[in-house]
Amino acid sequence: MTERTTEQAPSRSSQDESSAAGSSTIDTVTEPDPARGRSQGSPIQGRGERIFRGLTSGSGLLVVAAVAAIGLFLLVQAVPSLLANNANFFTSPVFDTRDAANLNFGIRDLLVVTLLSSLFALAIAMPISLGIALFLTQYTPKRVSRPFAYIIDLLAAVPSIIYGLWGIAVLAPALLPIAEWLSGNLGWFFLFAPGNLPVLTGTIFTGGVVLAVMILPIITAVTREVFSQTPRFHIEAAQALGATRWEVIRMAVLPYGRSGYIAGSMLGLGRALGETIAVLIVIRAATTPSGFSLFDGGYTFASLIASAASEFSQPLPTGAYIAAGLVLFVLTFVVNAIARVVAGGKVNG
Amino acid sequence: MRYQRRVAAVGLIAASALVLGACGSDENAGGGGVTAVEGVQCGGKPDLRSSGSSAQNNAMTRFVATYQQTCQGQTLNYTPSGSGAGRNEFLGGQTDFAGSDSALKDGDETNRAQQRCASPAWNLPLVFGPVAVAYNVAGVTDLVLDGTTTARIFNGQITTWNDPAIAALNQGKQLPAAPIVVNFRSDESGTTENFQKYLVAASNGAYGKEAAQTFNGGVGAGARGSQGVADATKNTPNSITYVEASFAQRGGLAMAQIINAGGGAPVALSPESVGAAINNVQVSGQGNDLKLDLNSLYQASAPGAYPIALATYEIVCSNYADDQTASAVRAFLSTALSPNAQQALPEAGYVPLPDQFKQRLTTAVNAIQ
Repeated sequence: MTERTTEQAPSRSSQDESSAAGSSTIDTVTEPDPARGRSQGSPIQGRGERIFRGLTSGSGLLVVAAVAAIGLFLLVQAVPSLLANNANFFTSPVFDTRDAANLNFGIRDLLVVTLLSSLFALAIAMPISLGIALFLTQYTPKRVSRPFAYIIDLLAAVPSIIYGLWGIAVLAPALLPIAEWLSGNLGWFFLFAPGNLPVLTGTIFTGGVVLAVMILPIITAVTREVFSQTPRFHIEAAQALGATRWEVIRMAVLPYGRSGYIAGSMLGLGRALGETIAVLIVIRAATTPSGFSLFDGGYTFASLIASAASEFSQPLPTGAYIAAGLVLFVLTFVVNAIARVVAGGKVNG
Repeated sequence: MRYQRRVAAVGLIAASALVLGACGSDENAGGGGVTAVEGVQCGGKPDLRSSGSSAQNNAMTRFVATYQQTCQGQTLNYTPSGSGAGRNEFLGGQTDFAGSDSALKDGDETNRAQQRCASPAWNLPLVFGPVAVAYNVAGVTDLVLDGTTTARIFNGQITTWNDPAIAALNQGKQLPAAPIVVNFRSDESGTTENFQKYLVAASNGAYGKEAAQTFNGGVGAGARGSQGVADATKNTPNSITYVEASFAQRGGLAMAQIINAGGGAPVALSPESVGAAINNVQVSGQGNDLKLDLNSLYQASAPGAYPIALATYEIVCSNYADDQTASAVRAFLSTALSPNAQQALPEAGYVPLPDQFKQRLTTAVNAIQ
């Protein structure tokens, strides 16, 4: 797992140096310092030092520049369409770009479906990931936990089109009895109210479960890594005080890994928000806007863009979809910012 | 070591995913059984270029296979980039002819085609794909519908299977009291547009919605692509959809028999019944421009004519600036009209052209200069 953590480290280092998984980040950043001391007096090493430093800061700047360029591209492409839009971009539930001379598009329904499916997926995946991570780091010997971890990681390697096909062909019929029970017995609660689809398969409910399976390995991987780094003496101190296994977890492991767990969950949420093909295949399109029920259908930002991508021929309708993409871009930033606030930005170690 | 094993495992999964993914790809032209056609005058430009409608793509791959067999060393490159793109590329002179779900629009497009060709452009309806009204109702295999009833199902006015309007057409059959689930195409498609045009034309105004590339019926659940609606119908009891006949056949879905505008006996979808409707279609174009009056197809009244089909055109210049191009286009289209090429169409989900109509196309093709 170490290679994954270091892969992620550079992109996070600029945002959150002190996050739990960032312990390796700090190593990377501070590494040049002792080397600089040694290099004095040796011009060859000094040049190597400068080149390496230039390369690392170049990579860092490249990421920032790329993100800024993407944002700029989205903005430039979206503005003409937004100006030509005849509907309210934020409150209109329709997305009609068939007539380039009369654009009517709004993101309300996309936002509802995107958030509903992603948050539902997160609500399922977070507790399960926490359980898996605790199980693998605290309850099983290394011999058993390693193959187990591989299996979980393999979930991340399955292509999303396979998840989509599995979701609609296998999972949707299997979930039907649960969906029927929920809508029959808890229909008074808005999340389980009758939706805008005539069927109970291929709903946000189904899509959320598929997304939960897809983000499970990401959250588990980060959380497991953080939990396994809980300082030995914290655990031993708790044990010395006579703590049971559960009390050790509650008093030593969870407080230490809390921010890493949340950071991992936000990575997962980011993937769920942007997931395209699986959602496009699983969640059915509806003829009326979503009413905040899990049994609704509709499009997410990403699936709407993918669905229409083959018809992009005129600049104004294309710009409308790019405007939707811009909102998704901003949404991801907002989610990250919220995560930082929730995580408190520091490791409680 | 640990890393290597991990890479190996990921590689294994990726490989199996590729293998599985490959199973889902579209059916390609069967290489076997393609024979050369006698009596076609080959020659001219060796590599023709064309692009456009994806609805006729499977027919084109079969035509191209026959063309390559007939005229050694000559080929056609067809890109299914969508009808709009196909017409634009033809008008821009990038391709030699266009494949399109709709004829050139009067006015601007026709004028640009006149400029591009320095002669009138002709719309030649070469490929017809029947559209099935496919359904999944346990125990019902011979459902009968007419234009008005179909329109009222797809605009949500009829909501249950035992509605009196359906029962009147299906006397003696056991129809469930269950709600009707309409599955529609959520992506933009020529199938949706043509099916809605049929609903408008054949329902005496009962449909009441606009015929466009997106479904405007206002009921049901959307699924992506022809395969998507076919699968959704198969997996959803008491559902109904419209889909190209080949997808319904492959999915084992029952297809409704349609009472056409003539009001006669219900007509099942078959190459013969669609051919009967094509034979009676009116041409609205002048001379060799065979632009169709599609309403005459949808309102076909001859006994045994199945009225719902998607017509796709090849849009050609009547007089090419380059004689080499003209003779290659003529050779390709003659090959496509030959019995050898036509008889391969049903397995790809299209109907062979009926003789009477094929004669008109042959005349037009031979007149291309």
